[in-house]
Amino acid sequence: MSQVRELETTVEELKHLFSPRAATGETMLLNLGPQHPSTHGVLRLLLELDGEEVVSCIPDVGFLHTGIEKNMEAKTFLKALVMTDRMDYLNNMGNNLTYCLAIEKLCAIEVPERAQVLRVICAELQRIASHLVWLGTSAIDLNASSILIYCFRDRERIMDLFELIGGQRMMTSYIRPGGVWRDVPAEFPAAVESFLDYLPAKLDDYERLLDKNPIYLARTIDIGIVDGDEALAWGMTGPALRGSGVNFDVRRAMPYSGYENFEFEVPLETGCDVYARYRVRMREFRESIKIIRQGLRLLKPGPFITSDRKFAPPPRAELGRSMEAVIHHFKYWTDGFPAPDGEVYVATESPRGELGCLLAGDGGPNPRRVHFRTPSFNTLQVLSWLSKGYLVADLVAIIGSIDIVLGDVDR
Amino acid sequence: MSHLERTISALQQRFPHGLLGTAEFRGDITLQIDSASLVAVCRYLRDEPTLCYNVLVDIGAVDYSPQEPRFALFYIVCALAQNTRLRLKVLLPGTEPVAPSISGIWPSANWPEREAFDMMGIGFEGHPDLRRILMPADWEGHPHRKDYPLGYEEVQFTFNKREIDARKKYATS
Repeated sequence: MSQVRELETTVEELKHLFSPRAATGETMLLNLGPQHPSTHGVLRLLLELDGEEVVSCIPDVGFLHTGIEKNMEAKTFLKALVMTDRMDYLNNMGNNLTYCLAIEKLCAIEVPERAQVLRVICAELQRIASHLVWLGTSAIDLNASSILIYCFRDRERIMDLFELIGGQRMMTSYIRPGGVWRDVPAEFPAAVESFLDYLPAKLDDYERLLDKNPIYLARTIDIGIVDGDEALAWGMTGPALRGSGVNFDVRRAMPYSGYENFEFEVPLETGCDVYARYRVRMREFRESIKIIRQGLRLLKPGPFITSDRKFAPPPRAELGRSMEAVIHHFKYWTDGFPAPDGEVYVATESPRGELGCLLAGDGGPNPRRVHFRTPSFNTLQVLSWLSKGYLVADLVAIIGSIDIVLGDVDR
Repeated sequence: MSHLERTISALQQRFPHGLLGTAEFRGDITLQIDSASLVAVCRYLRDEPTLCYNVLVDIGAVDYSPQEPRFALFYIVCALAQNTRLRLKVLLPGTEPVAPSISGIWPSANWPEREAFDMMGIGFEGHPDLRRILMPADWEGHPHRKDYPLGYEEVQFTFNKREIDARKKYATS
């Protein structure tokens, strides 16, 4: 009984968001989620339905809020790094990278060439892994169930690569302020190369599975149409925006980590619908493969982390014979390093769009404030506008096409 | 003259009292805006054909406690065609911090403003739907404020399990 009352108060509070027809009972209120597979996590949607047509859709987020930004303030810059992995759990490397770029900008740390190339390779492998999860889950939402298993099989190979370099499949914390945790093992380039040789044929298969599937086409073409100006006004970024024909990619607009040295195309589609967003991501797979191949060629021997001992630990071998190294090692892992009083904002292109980090230092070893501009949070806003007039079944396709990760929304 | 320089000089001419100052840090320019003229500045940035800042990227709130003014809001706006980014900073007092809402100019400000309200307790005048977004609706306090305790879970062992259970808060009903 008490639960019923609780739901009633929620509806009362949200009355201004429904149409007047909801009060008379002419339209139906339906609760979708938070425990529903098609919401890609714990997203709750309050739907007002006229038959099967969506009249209004109110996203309710926060079920996965874990206070990561608050927790980071209580830790040193370095110790807070591991929390970024856990934000967007399909873009762990990208989160590390964004946060490290912010620290490097705040403290003016130089990153060696090899580390930059390694970062690009990791970020692009992560993009492929994330897009594979997206492809599998968004297809299974539309009942193309076999593709999920194929995609997870291929993603597993990327997880193995991350385990090879970072010792962990997902929460690698491999990218560190000033460079990367350690150099990649000698077999890494060959392992990546073999994965890149394996993937394109598989992608062709998956594309054929969906592109020749009349049900998939019927459920994606002309569904969830948002034109470029609307998409920008609602804060959409990434593949979802490029599916509406807007040429914006942070890697191209504000290159970071040496992306200006790579040749790649920014895929654009003008369909503005769910199918266009699918096409963009399918083409991004190929661009990522191109970037990684170039990265492997650019990978020259050299230092993998900055030699500034204030921001990077000394090599293990020096600890036995250098007193300075011991002091640096001790100070680095206990006190951390101080950052100047000021604010920086850096952005990277995550698989879902612009992932930004607003980092404020206060002169001490802890951040004053870490704020993440997460693509899922900003893109999800559009859903209430975008889903109007479509059927509930289309809503599921639309949620899949904007590719949200609830860990990224709620942090 | 770069687009950014053109923007700054246009704002200086147009809003001599609204633009309180410019600061540069690590190559990024931050414009400090008076909160009273924020909406006018934003509307001008979006609608002026020579400026054309069509995207609001983010709103971030920072707590400078115990300094006064205590809160700062950072607005990152972007002119996509010119590939230029601008950072606006609005300082707000520690007691009853309220900023004007710019969700009427860029709809994408809606959720970031709700987040700042939920987490920092900053009010937004004219916001169409100012509710908590990440925390539950009946939550007390604003977690990202510096005076909000971090909180922790006490580790329970067999010898002190009951003792901790007795003072632990559990959900009732």
